Amino acid sequence: MLEARDLTIQYGDRKAVDTASLLLRPGIVTALIGPNGAGKSTLLRSLNGQIRPAAGKILLNDEPLEKFTRRSIAKQIAVVAQEAELRFPVSVLEFVLGGRFVWASGSGWGWESERDIEVAETVLKETDLSELSGRLMSELSGGERQRAVLARALATEAEFLLLDEPTANLDMSHQATLLSLVKQRCDERRAAALVVTHDINLASQFADVVVLMKAGQAVKTGNSAEVLTPELLLEVFQVNVLVDAHPVSGVPRVTPVHETFRHF
Amino acid sequence: MPVAATSNFPIQQNRATLRKTLVACGALLSALLLAILVTSLVGSERLPSGGALCALVSLGTNQCGLTSDQFDILFQIRLPRILLAAAVGGSLATAGASYQALLRNPLAEPYLLGISNGAAVGTMLALVFFGRLEWSRPLMAFAGALLATFAVYRLARGKVGASPERLILAGVIVTTLLSSVIVFVTTLMDATRIRSFTFWLLGDLSGASRGLLPLALAITITGAIALTFNARSLNLLMLGERDAFDLGVEVGRIRIIVFVVASLLVGSSVAASGSVGYVGLVVPHLARLSLGSDNRISIPSAALGGALFVIVADTIARTVIAPRELPVGAITALIGAPLFIYLLKRS
Repeated sequence: MLEARDLTIQYGDRKAVDTASLLLRPGIVTALIGPNGAGKSTLLRSLNGQIRPAAGKILLNDEPLEKFTRRSIAKQIAVVAQEAELRFPVSVLEFVLGGRFVWASGSGWGWESERDIEVAETVLKETDLSELSGRLMSELSGGERQRAVLARALATEAEFLLLDEPTANLDMSHQATLLSLVKQRCDERRAAALVVTHDINLASQFADVVVLMKAGQAVKTGNSAEVLTPELLLEVFQVNVLVDAHPVSGVPRVTPVHETFRHF
Repeated sequence: MPVAATSNFPIQQNRATLRKTLVACGALLSALLLAILVTSLVGSERLPSGGALCALVSLGTNQCGLTSDQFDILFQIRLPRILLAAAVGGSLATAGASYQALLRNPLAEPYLLGISNGAAVGTMLALVFFGRLEWSRPLMAFAGALLATFAVYRLARGKVGASPERLILAGVIVTTLLSSVIVFVTTLMDATRIRSFTFWLLGDLSGASRGLLPLALAITITGAIALTFNARSLNLLMLGERDAFDLGVEVGRIRIIVFVVASLLVGSSVAASGSVGYVGLVVPHLARLSLGSDNRISIPSAALGGALFVIVADTIARTVIAPRELPVGAITALIGAPLFIYLLKRS
């Protein structure tokens, strides 16, 4: 389990995260939603030790995160973020093999084992990138690159996946494919995932647990039906919404009702 | 479903592997040894090729018909200078390749970032204050290089990390600042020393101190090995510090290793031969272009390639207008600058 307990993170005087708690359990996809500046990405970034909290605890399988080395954290917690601008030519396969670094025997030396190649090829297949494995990352479209970033995270075989707006660059079909892959990893390998997203309907469809954040605080945690209510969403996003059941899946479907529509 | 390890992914052939690295480094090492042999025969004083080669291959245990003057020229003057050229080239190319990976900037280079100037100021201060202590020069050069490295890094690092433009600008600021210090100290020198000093600043192996050769060689070899052993971490750092952190790299530790080892490399090479420019820029570029971006192959190849490059450049420097000599830095710049323009256009 990966747990944030009463976490507070400060940037100067501003509390980006304010006594927020979160629990990631095996097999569960958790979506973290909330308006811009609510502290979602900051909270996610603190969970693998990149941002240090001012107060509160992060527990990795009941042990404080500080007890683990960088490598051992990376072996257990993988992050999918918007990838940085690449300044050197790197092939897709080389990029994905970066996820196998934590499995190398030496600290910074060592060559990929057959098992590393096997894992990389499997995740490339899963992310539909096998055909592109020899291409340079710079030759891929934004969506393909985002899939490569996911493939690299999957290649670490970490039990916790932290995804920071993983679907931002993706078209509808790849959004669903990417989150299906994450869900599959959670179902089949008992991994736990945290997905920060602005797409509430995607969260409703794929997440087992939804956490709603506002001004650094986790104001509500529960299943999508409990969290995605018009009252709570109005309070947090200050937008009137219509919530009905998705005609196929039955999960809550959220439609904003903007002021302009009221005239119709 | 398990996937067979022997699949037909086309990139498999292009990916850096231990075998490919050993083949590339083996070929470069052979070329380097050949260059050492061949360039030992070239110089203002003609040596009989057969005898000289025989003496070299016997590592000086057999005089092979050379006169004692010829033997001394070969083993006391030419070979040490060639080995020093190899150490300087290997050091600068290795330092350049590692700075480029760590700072994610293909233009990062000891000379352009002002790190060579930092080492030059250190060497000058050692000359002024501890003139008789030969070992003080590489030590002070190392300190100067390290200080310049941290200064550039701190200046370049904004709130959102070091952008390539900021880094180069920081390099320009540090270079010009240190250049003015150099000019200030130079003007205090007497006229006879100014010429040799200017030569040294441009990169010159002719006045090289033989006493520093074992140290320079030892630093080059251990430095290149140390950085190669961190090459996989550097591969991830090339993708960005945040990505490297997420993937398990101890970013701070690697940064310190690269800064310290590269400063040692630059320091020992500047103390021995002044600021030889462009080696750290051109050689790693050629290594990456021909062998790929993987630092596990490009760093050791750059080390060997750099040694080869400076040996050839110095042979040109000491023969083209013989018996007079050019500073080797002028030759590396003459070869390096057009090659770099070509590389820029190609990319």
